[in-house]
Amino acid sequence: MKIAVCVKRVPDMDVRFRIAADNASVDEAGLKFDLNDFDAWGVEAALKLRDANAGSEVTVISLGPDVVQETIRKALSMGADKGIQLKADKVPFDGLAIAKALAEELKSGAYDLIFFGKMSPDSANGVVGQMVAELLGLACVSAISSLEIANGKGKAKRELEGAQEIVEFPLPAVLTVDEGLNQARLPSLKGIMAAKKKPLVVKAAQLPQSQLTVRKVELPPERQAGRIVGEGAAAVPELVKLLQTEAKVL
Amino acid sequence: MPNVFAFVETRGGEIRKVGLEAVTAARMLADKLGGGEVHALLMGPSGVAAKAPQIGEHGADLVIVVENAGLANYNPEAATATAADRIKSGGYRAAVFSTTAQGRDLAPRVAARLGVALVTDVLSFDVDGDAIVVKHPMNIGKVIATIAINSQPAIIAMRPNVIAPAKNPKAGRVESAQPAADPAASRVKVVETRQGSGGKLDLAEAPVVVAGGRGLKAAENFKLVEDLAAAFGNAAVGATRAVTDDGWRPHSDQIGQTGRLVSPELYVAVGISGAVQHLAGMRTSRTIVAVNRDKDAPIFKVADYGIVGDVFEVIPALTEAVREAKKHH
Repeated sequence: MKIAVCVKRVPDMDVRFRIAADNASVDEAGLKFDLNDFDAWGVEAALKLRDANAGSEVTVISLGPDVVQETIRKALSMGADKGIQLKADKVPFDGLAIAKALAEELKSGAYDLIFFGKMSPDSANGVVGQMVAELLGLACVSAISSLEIANGKGKAKRELEGAQEIVEFPLPAVLTVDEGLNQARLPSLKGIMAAKKKPLVVKAAQLPQSQLTVRKVELPPERQAGRIVGEGAAAVPELVKLLQTEAKVL
Repeated sequence: MPNVFAFVETRGGEIRKVGLEAVTAARMLADKLGGGEVHALLMGPSGVAAKAPQIGEHGADLVIVVENAGLANYNPEAATATAADRIKSGGYRAAVFSTTAQGRDLAPRVAARLGVALVTDVLSFDVDGDAIVVKHPMNIGKVIATIAINSQPAIIAMRPNVIAPAKNPKAGRVESAQPAADPAASRVKVVETRQGSGGKLDLAEAPVVVAGGRGLKAAENFKLVEDLAAAFGNAAVGATRAVTDDGWRPHSDQIGQTGRLVSPELYVAVGISGAVQHLAGMRTSRTIVAVNRDKDAPIFKVADYGIVGDVFEVIPALTEAVREAKKHH
């Protein structure tokens, strides 16, 4: 099987973000970056399939400036076979522009499966995988939390609100990964050493004109800390009264 | 005057609340654009046409009804082809979808097929000259972006619960149409939809969400959360990532950065400390109540009302009090 995984370098979210001087982006100074979790689960799924199917190969692709090579190397250290950087000065917000650049690279790859994370927490739009599938005319299942592949066919589970869907699909296909599909392996020391020697090809990203402009980013208004109504079950009557008379939700 | 398209989500032949929210949003957007028409697409199995009047009541001038036996479940390829064809031939200025499992799957496919831009998880929108400008949360809601959509049409997917379905009766003319792609020929097939346990309400739609965390100590103690949700009568049950990772609840119940984003009228956090990853999924709730034994738990920083105490003591008392309060309504 030929498998591709598209990955993104994203900042750690466990910080207080600052707005950059242009007022239209987040200040990246001091942020820690890593492989997007959803994408790491995509890498893990690809590696499992490769190891179960002799002669398979996993290619990791990332669009962005040279710092994304670090993210590609992380996936290579987990065990992926080769990497491709689609070089661009920055990653645009417009998911369709990203999808077009990725589709341009993916179309000649004859991949049986192309994995994406279902979304990245930074831009949080969650559209690229489905768009790539549409541009390439491939079958697509988004936000999968289980996967079986056998005899050129796949079966996956999607989590809905309060329900689950079981979906069948033919290969080749594009899959976007939700939480619960697997636990991503950590790179071993041996894997990290091996990754340094794996091929990483750099190409210019064919990014079209973006149709979305981020005009402004701002911090949301701080939620006012509320009050402690009381301690233990004795506080319940007061809470219920507040929910009825003040919050008017009961 | 430019017209606006709305995609009305259904499940099991019933219109979802988010579907009426999409129609309401499309009506608001059409009015901001000068008062053009709203055309809503309703797809489902035979019989779904009977639901069309609700859509007219919420502001649609035209309801395009596509009935087909193959549409009992969501059919991504038939829905993509039908919505994209209709948006293209209708010459709409904008199209409105919902940011749900279905809408997140469908809207990007439609946008890519039409070659136009899409913003999902939209909190609000406005018209500014030639652009439709939307607010979109980034970085797990810690940053709010204002984004101009320069494509025609502009496609937006609304976050559930940010716009309440509003009655605004319009003609609601009904037009029957065929799917633009045969549902039976779809490569991707939904072979089964499994409802969650006990016919519970949908997390994205429920006006009240009661969520439990590690403070409940064991899977079986989730009964406390379920009982409280049942007492409200209009509540869905959610959980933290720690709890779904441990298998106490299915992943579909997880609220947070990697799970569901909810903004109900009332959010009750039971035994939840308030990790950043969890707060990302619920901090836009209108009213937040937290019950936790640790008075320094971060959840109290976002909660409007907190009770410091043992959940095993407080929650049964609260359940009883809510049941009483509901009786008198």
